[in-house]
Amino acid sequence: MTTEKVSETQSSVDEGASHPAGKSASNNVIALMMTRFRRGDSGMIPIVIGLFVMGIYFETRSSAFLSVGNLTNLAIQASIFVILGMAEVWLLLLGEIDLSAGFTAGLGGAVAVILVDLQFHWPWYAALSTALLVSVAVGALWGLLVIGLRLPSFIVTLAGQFGLQGALIWVVDSQGTGGTISVHETVLYNIVYGNLTPLFTWIFIVGTVAIMSFNMIRKNARRSAQNLESQPTLILGMKVGGMLVAGVLAGWVFNSNRGTFTKLNGMPYAIVVVGVILAASTFILNKTKPGRYLYAIGGNAEAARRAGIAVDRYRMLAFVLTGLTSGIAGLVYVSQLNGISDGIQGGTLVLYAVASAVIGGTSLFGGRGKMMHALIGGFVIATIYNGLALLQFGSAQQYIATALVLLAAVTIDSLARRGSTIVK
Amino acid sequence: MSSEKEPILELRHISKSYGSVRALSDVSFKAYAGEVIGLVGDNGAGKSSLIKTISGVHSPDEGEIFVDGVQRHWKSPHDSMAAGIETLYQDSGLAPDLTIGANIFLGREVKRRGPLGRLGFLDQRAMERRALVELDKVGITVPPSKRTVSQLSGGQRQAVAIGRAVMWAKHVIILDEPTNHLGARQSQEVLKVIRAAREQGICVLFISHTLPHVLEVTDRIIVLRLGRVVRDSLTTDYTVESLLGTITGLNT
Repeated sequence: MTTEKVSETQSSVDEGASHPAGKSASNNVIALMMTRFRRGDSGMIPIVIGLFVMGIYFETRSSAFLSVGNLTNLAIQASIFVILGMAEVWLLLLGEIDLSAGFTAGLGGAVAVILVDLQFHWPWYAALSTALLVSVAVGALWGLLVIGLRLPSFIVTLAGQFGLQGALIWVVDSQGTGGTISVHETVLYNIVYGNLTPLFTWIFIVGTVAIMSFNMIRKNARRSAQNLESQPTLILGMKVGGMLVAGVLAGWVFNSNRGTFTKLNGMPYAIVVVGVILAASTFILNKTKPGRYLYAIGGNAEAARRAGIAVDRYRMLAFVLTGLTSGIAGLVYVSQLNGISDGIQGGTLVLYAVASAVIGGTSLFGGRGKMMHALIGGFVIATIYNGLALLQFGSAQQYIATALVLLAAVTIDSLARRGSTIVK
Repeated sequence: MSSEKEPILELRHISKSYGSVRALSDVSFKAYAGEVIGLVGDNGAGKSSLIKTISGVHSPDEGEIFVDGVQRHWKSPHDSMAAGIETLYQDSGLAPDLTIGANIFLGREVKRRGPLGRLGFLDQRAMERRALVELDKVGITVPPSKRTVSQLSGGQRQAVAIGRAVMWAKHVIILDEPTNHLGARQSQEVLKVIRAAREQGICVLFISHTLPHVLEVTDRIIVLRLGRVVRDSLTTDYTVESLLGTITGLNT
């Protein structure tokens, strides 16, 4: 009811603009979506619907699934896949990959855990930045090898996966604590287990939704004022409405009491970390020159070179950003594990990260992808894990379910490419 | 072209070898503003090497390049672009996943004013507005700027690529096989854009295997064979047969 009203009152405004889409009635939106889907441009709508279907299925099988405690837990589980997935997006955009990112995260996390605790007792900010410097250095090293020596990133980072695992075991075992080191320092611990107060949770959510909606509406208004293509009001309304609903739901989930004995509520800091990385990375990709160049290089490196772009410099930037984001994932990871062990599954972790990005819609072939894809894909994987675990299924079913979802996602990607790309 | 007029582009004794293969030997020619020059030759005649030399993809082993009377040394394609030479390669030089507007401004993005611009933030609306105006100027009507290039047909892509070249070229446009893979009507569109560029006083180097197109649109034709210039005459001096003979070297 409300959406129809919005479209009616505002469609007169659109008449002045020189784009046919603005005149479309609400039933044309579905047709528009279908065309986009066939063009491979459907966005994240199918996968979001899939996520909802999974959620409803798990809730019917186990009423614990949609409890506020489990949803918060799911968000924390997802955050590690999401952050590491966003790390991979930087390189996937170039058609490159970092198979070592799981251990880059592990090594960075280990450095942080060791430096804040044990004999070092560094202040948290020094320890955490050193950890991030280490992961940036790792990313830069892969960049140098791939770009400088023209080696394939797949092999370089495969070697890197072994090398970093060795380095991790060596660093952790040399502390003489029997292969695991736990976190005793508050800031590192609180990344996952500390929460914003309910008030700040609302301020964060309302602020985010308000800024995003305001920007979208303002951008659209300016575009149609300048006779540039703008979004149909109905779609804009649906987007703003969707954000509003999602924001209210998230706020309600995080702010409800999820403690069993004592009161526990508020949004975990890890979610804030995810939000900040997502926003910053998306900004770089959409609004800045380096971001645009990454898409250009990933799509057609030769064209980018001919356009005078210093291709190698921007490829290096992507490797460094992958390292940095992996490092942040590592901090969240050690916080969640409450420590670091020499046996972490960095190899599996990175495959989930790549799967997250691809499930969300990022292409493995370069040129196409968004940070948002890692968010959606990470939640899909976390939902599979969380839901199947609640239903008492073991890792056998979890692995197989992930395999099916990944195959489905990559099939859609591949079919969409065939449908949309005309022979060069 | 009168002899007292300064050439806009002049090549003197250009030679280039790839290993033991001599791709260009002692190539010299002059090109003037408002002139359309056909550059023809069989496969391996050195057309691509010559284009790459002029556009700065690689530097010649010997010889000199003058643009507007000034000797130039290219370190990268960017240098030749800065000197007013635009090149349109055979395999489209567009980024498939960027929008039309983004492609037109690729490598020449307009940044926002103020501190945001210094951080690398782009003025996307300004670029889009200008792209619409400039594409319209060369008579190219393209679908909405929200579309990425991967969603365009081959002809539309070529139109965008040529529109970009015409928009930015100050002196010279090099078109490498621009009518390849295009239908008859789309080819005529391309030839129309070439004539429009000539009207604007730009020198067009037109590389093509399609000899009727070359004879139709050019003022002068330079024939390359085995890396050397074998003939450089006004287009009116050629017939299809004599041109073909000069290219293959079978009846000289």
